[in-house]
Amino acid sequence: MSTAVLLGLLCWLIVSSPGWPSVQQTFFSWKDAKASFPEIARGFVVNIELFMAAEVLILVVGLLVALLRGTRSAVMFPLRAMAVLYVDLFRGVPTLLLVYLVGFGLPALRLQGVPVDAFRLGLIALTLSYGAYVAEVIRAGIESVHPDQRAAARSLGLSEGQTTRSVVLPQAVRRVVPPLLNDFVSLQKDTALIAVLGLTPAEALRQANVYTSFHFNYTPLLVAAVFFVALTVPLARLTDWLGHRALARQQSAGPA
Amino acid sequence: MTAVRLRGVYKQYGERVVLEGIDLDVHAHDVVALIGSSGSGKSTLLRCVNLLERVDDGQIWLGEDDITEVSVKPDRVRRRVGMVFQSFNLFPHLTAMQNVTLAARRVHGMRRGPALDKASALLQQFGLGGRESSYPDRLSGGQQQRVAFARSLMTDPEVLLLDEVTSALDPELVGEILEIVRALKAGGMTMVMATHEMQFCREIADQVCFLDAGKVLERGTPDTVFTDPAEARTREFLRRVLS
Repeated sequence: MSTAVLLGLLCWLIVSSPGWPSVQQTFFSWKDAKASFPEIARGFVVNIELFMAAEVLILVVGLLVALLRGTRSAVMFPLRAMAVLYVDLFRGVPTLLLVYLVGFGLPALRLQGVPVDAFRLGLIALTLSYGAYVAEVIRAGIESVHPDQRAAARSLGLSEGQTTRSVVLPQAVRRVVPPLLNDFVSLQKDTALIAVLGLTPAEALRQANVYTSFHFNYTPLLVAAVFFVALTVPLARLTDWLGHRALARQQSAGPA
Repeated sequence: MTAVRLRGVYKQYGERVVLEGIDLDVHAHDVVALIGSSGSGKSTLLRCVNLLERVDDGQIWLGEDDITEVSVKPDRVRRRVGMVFQSFNLFPHLTAMQNVTLAARRVHGMRRGPALDKASALLQQFGLGGRESSYPDRLSGGQQQRVAFARSLMTDPEVLLLDEVTSALDPELVGEILEIVRALKAGGMTMVMATHEMQFCREIADQVCFLDAGKVLERGTPDTVFTDPAEARTREFLRRVLS
């Protein structure tokens, strides 16, 4: 009830503001929404494809880096150091900045085989950026598995690798699914960053930008926003649900 | 025949010396009980025997083989030694059956059919028939520990190490675990156990070692150690735990 009153008040404040008539015309034009919808929908397919491709690559990179950081032998030191450096570096650089660097920097090298399309350049930038985050999430999951689990597996004769694969990772992955999904919710939004490259294929935000600059109307931006929200909300609910379920299971199991 | 022999085993964590020159002979089919207060080195000693901890000095033989040699592969040693832990340490993402068959399938290359048959028989023997597909969090502490025994016995170890296997159990569940140890002893299993169950220790052990600050302070048959201890520290310990 109080929420409805608050929302009503907020709407009234916006609608009664002096600039409202012009805002309504440039941001809430039904005609422009309808006209831009097909192009934006087509662009959003690119966002979804990029999201799905990046997701797979990010998981591979994240898992690899997390496993490297967990190694202990002296032989692995250079790789371990590189993994640490990678995480420190790419977690610190803003994703948008990375999209610029990769998107404009890589093609400028004019190397054979370097992609020049927004999709693959964006894929590289997003993977580099999110791989570092996901590596840390997975590493936290691996470290949360009690050392006794490792001891029990080793005492049965399982090798280091077998222990990681059959005992540690399955438990770690279960624990990190909710935080990982959370990262993927934000990845899904960040696929729009490739719009700044101005290359093809044009995803939803880029399509909206194009329409906006031709018709001097910002409504397509809102249309694009609706698309993103429509996809992130179910993902967020799924994350919540998985988190609750994990918590409930923990509590019903009680201390071992 | 000696199943396990320790000579001058020395282990320290940083500055803290945990084992200070342990000698021990475990004959085949014998049960050796390690007693002593917490921190006396009982668990570390067991963990050295299956190389979960590397000794800093001294030697350990498993049968004929010196397992403290650098060239020895720990995984090969651990295949021959079973271990049961205080807190069960079952794998929570695997069913009782999968817990028992994991090592047989992965390490010993057993085929699925025979592995399932053998594991079923073991679980049945330990009164867990019908619980094969239960996950650990659906089992009582006693049931979990029985699964852990089945898991460690699945690959026919030469020696079984028991690290305070009843300490984490409710008192009414301790009996069912002790029953298993009794049955294993009757079957001729060689066991080294760290324990606080003095009564049980007296009943089942062939040799009792009293560990104090990383040394075997006193050893002998249960009768000698429990009724006529030579050392003042042993007497004091026994008075505390038996009262």
